[in-house]
Amino acid sequence: MAGGRSEGRARRLSSDSEGGRDLVKEVEESRAAAGYHWIGQRVPLIDAALKVTGRAEYTDDLKRPGMLVGRLLKSTQPHAKLLAVDVAEARRLPGVAAVLTGERYPTPFGVLPMTHDETALALGRVRFLGEHVAAVAAVDEETCERAFGRIRVEYEPLPVYDDPKVSRESVKVQIHARALRDTNLQKEVFQHFGDVPGEIARAPFKVKVSGKYLGVTHGFTEPHCTIAESTPDGRLTVWSATQVPHYLHRSLSEVLGIPMHRIRVVKPEVGGGFGGKSDPFPHEIACAALAIETGRPVKVLFDREDVFYLNHGRHPTLNQVTITAGEDGGFRAMDLEALIDGGAWSSFGTVSTYYNGVLAMGPYRFDHFRYHGWRAYTNHPPSGAMRAHGGTNLRYTVESAVDELAVELGWDPIELRLRNFLTPNCKTINEFRITSNSVRQCILAARERSGWDRKFRQLPYGRGIGVACGFYISGSNSPIHFTPVFPQCTVHLKADMDAGITIHCGAADIGQGSKTVLAQVVAEVLGIRMDRCRVAPVDSDTAPVDLGSYSSRVTFMMGNAARSAAENLKLPLLQAASELLGHPVEALEASQERIHLRGRPEVGVPFVQALHKAIERRGALVASGAYSTSPLGGTFKGAKAGTAPAYSFSAYVAEVDVDVETGFVKVEKVWAAFDCGRPLNPLSVEGQIEGSIHMGLGQLLSEGLSYRGARLMNPSFLDYKILTPQQMPEVECLLVGEDDPEGPFGAKEAGEGPLVAALPAVGNAIYDAIGLRFLDLPITPDKVVRALEGQQKKGGGVKPAPPTRPSSVGRGTSGSA
Amino acid sequence: MSKKVPVTLRVNGEEHELHLPPQRVLLDVIREDLNLTGTKRGCDLGTCGCCAVLVDGQPVLSCLALAKLSEGHEVTTIEGISAPGALHPVQKAFIDLGATQCGFCTPGFIVTAVAFLRDHPSATREEIARALSGNLCRCTGYVKILDAVASAARSMAPSGEA
Repeated sequence: MAGGRSEGRARRLSSDSEGGRDLVKEVEESRAAAGYHWIGQRVPLIDAALKVTGRAEYTDDLKRPGMLVGRLLKSTQPHAKLLAVDVAEARRLPGVAAVLTGERYPTPFGVLPMTHDETALALGRVRFLGEHVAAVAAVDEETCERAFGRIRVEYEPLPVYDDPKVSRESVKVQIHARALRDTNLQKEVFQHFGDVPGEIARAPFKVKVSGKYLGVTHGFTEPHCTIAESTPDGRLTVWSATQVPHYLHRSLSEVLGIPMHRIRVVKPEVGGGFGGKSDPFPHEIACAALAIETGRPVKVLFDREDVFYLNHGRHPTLNQVTITAGEDGGFRAMDLEALIDGGAWSSFGTVSTYYNGVLAMGPYRFDHFRYHGWRAYTNHPPSGAMRAHGGTNLRYTVESAVDELAVELGWDPIELRLRNFLTPNCKTINEFRITSNSVRQCILAARERSGWDRKFRQLPYGRGIGVACGFYISGSNSPIHFTPVFPQCTVHLKADMDAGITIHCGAADIGQGSKTVLAQVVAEVLGIRMDRCRVAPVDSDTAPVDLGSYSSRVTFMMGNAARSAAENLKLPLLQAASELLGHPVEALEASQERIHLRGRPEVGVPFVQALHKAIERRGALVASGAYSTSPLGGTFKGAKAGTAPAYSFSAYVAEVDVDVETGFVKVEKVWAAFDCGRPLNPLSVEGQIEGSIHMGLGQLLSEGLSYRGARLMNPSFLDYKILTPQQMPEVECLLVGEDDPEGPFGAKEAGEGPLVAALPAVGNAIYDAIGLRFLDLPITPDKVVRALEGQQKKGGGVKPAPPTRPSSVGRGTSGSA
Repeated sequence: MSKKVPVTLRVNGEEHELHLPPQRVLLDVIREDLNLTGTKRGCDLGTCGCCAVLVDGQPVLSCLALAKLSEGHEVTTIEGISAPGALHPVQKAFIDLGATQCGFCTPGFIVTAVAFLRDHPSATREEIARALSGNLCRCTGYVKILDAVASAARSMAPSGEA
């Protein structure tokens, strides 16, 4: 650990600091003053040793006695009536234990209670290529495949909808009965604050930018996998690669008609999620159905193509933004439209439709805002939640527009942003409550570390530097299930005579390191070594509910619940020590494995002694802590969407090299200044930032789900191009956030927000490099070459003009927050 | 069902006599028949590197390798990279420097890196990146993986300089 700390720190602090203040150092020094022992340390993941030795257990690593193989037959039609699914012959095949079709469990379900439009298996209709029409359980995979050959599916093709613009109009056939009016729209959102048309008419400066985005997918390395086992005691156990075990638990109960208390959901290690394992999925329910049908354990394991077809990735998007500014450079109005392609199901779509608008303004202040958003059903595989859900495509369009506006105004884009940031402790026009906000420190740190002032518009043609900011929710304030109002997260602790603390919580560690954060928080509060803390596996029989790893809520909500549980566990320990020491409880504190007089570790008792005293005649100490959000947001329709107990902020600067012969964009370096409040584990936070940049740059430069009609053309890692190690830029993380007042130890999210600024920072750097702006993602070399050819025809490439307004902001006079 | 053929495989120093369908790939044998689940199945198509193992010390994508063709060769999986209770310097560096997040790609990266460093003990970061470019990681952005492998190389250097 020590080696890790010094190495990482040395790299982070190595670059030249320009112009006096070193913001990173200042904030690190102020954080150190809090004197925490585990909080803020570069702690390796507590399960890392298992992962590097291959001993961590993922769902597919588990075997149950007598386990059958479950496989799902995929639809060969994108949109068709299912006239018949004849499985009689398949059932007769030796080795086949069960074959199920949609009629067996017809109850519709979905992740959001108001949009249940999925079934365990297709029922009466298929809505995308790859939807599951039958489920087979057999002795092995080969037998399943042969059973597929004996299933006769009779389709009657229906009109195929593959264009969200068509879905927005009156259509001949609605993909779902619940689609709006006579269209194929799943959701339409309209919000208007202030007077946007008036502002646009009056504005001295305005820019309008349109963006076009292919769908992208999560690309986690572990394919979906589920094991289910139904036992003669009337209980069902489901092990699944899920990031939201609780919603799976609910959906299993709803669809299978088994009360939740007779279903046990276990989450083994999960090989990445990024939102792609957050819906309760039909295959999970179908697997359980096969287990019930056969009375034997059944495993359903997806192949990579199945994963691509299930998708639930980021929506293909068309959006458009108009931003206006006054003569003083102050932003006035934002007018935004977004049409997103939801594919065949609702999934999180209602939330997606809101997020694609309501997250657009932060980190800037606008007094006028209008948003019109549509989510269309099409016959594409479903879109859903993907890292920085709803906040990514709009961010690229908005930050490109801000960059354009800076050109219009003749301002440096950093100065324009500094002029327009939201302050800490304010309210946005759509009534988001902003508390901690270090976006100003972020942009100043990124400017200083990147050498912005000597690079912007001054690098040679082909080389460029760009900036962009980000804003994201630190946990959705509204739980998906509203009534009754349960806590968002609960943590249970048990301390017994072995002097270990067992931590139970339903929070899903999907690699982001939430187990480690749990152990850090508990060890910090109790003043003990981290190795005393063991985090129990997520098992609904024993773990109290956490709502899941989505909306970047875990560190904030689980961290607060864990802190509260640990404080509750500490109380009897302090009382026991008080008895032993003869000092009042109020005079004692826990640190260094001791309970002792405040500030005097020598006057005290060892932690173990206090614990043993505390459990005399009463047995193990148990304690519970919970976190609930308080009501936030306005009263208008959709006011809760995007409300969060805190928000992350960011400012990224990227430097690129554009090869003007080949059109190849090489991202040289990203300076990632991120405000996650106090980072509880900087090693993990950096990992989240670096991984987010990787995912963001993939979408920007090479990833994209390509369709011919409704057919997905690239369902493999050969054709869907994720960046390799050689394509990753150098990343310098600048963690300059101030403590958040409500976050655990001052922390906010770092799981999704770090993605959003990466794409536009590079897009804006490409503009600086060659004077061309790309708003059609991904920016592949062929697009760049074509644009460069166009530029050549107009007389050759030149750098954009430098700003005309002299630099002033951020240099003292108006630099205060 | 295809007719099974006898196959003798040496995996992590242990000999296994098996009867396998001739088309059975090494990955299936390792995971399903030998219960060595540290080697991961990511794509079955040779595109992600999660299933990498060493055959005679060289990285091989076990999802594309027929088990029968590995007869007479020494197969090493992640379970055979270090002795029980010990860690290879690459594994140690992966832990300390945060190079594993979800962990699913980790075994493939580690076996590939171990083989590469054995043959190229003083490799540069760029050379390491090239050597690992057949392995996908969706969590880390590779930054800390490259840090870890470079750090392990330094710690294994004969002079001991870090």
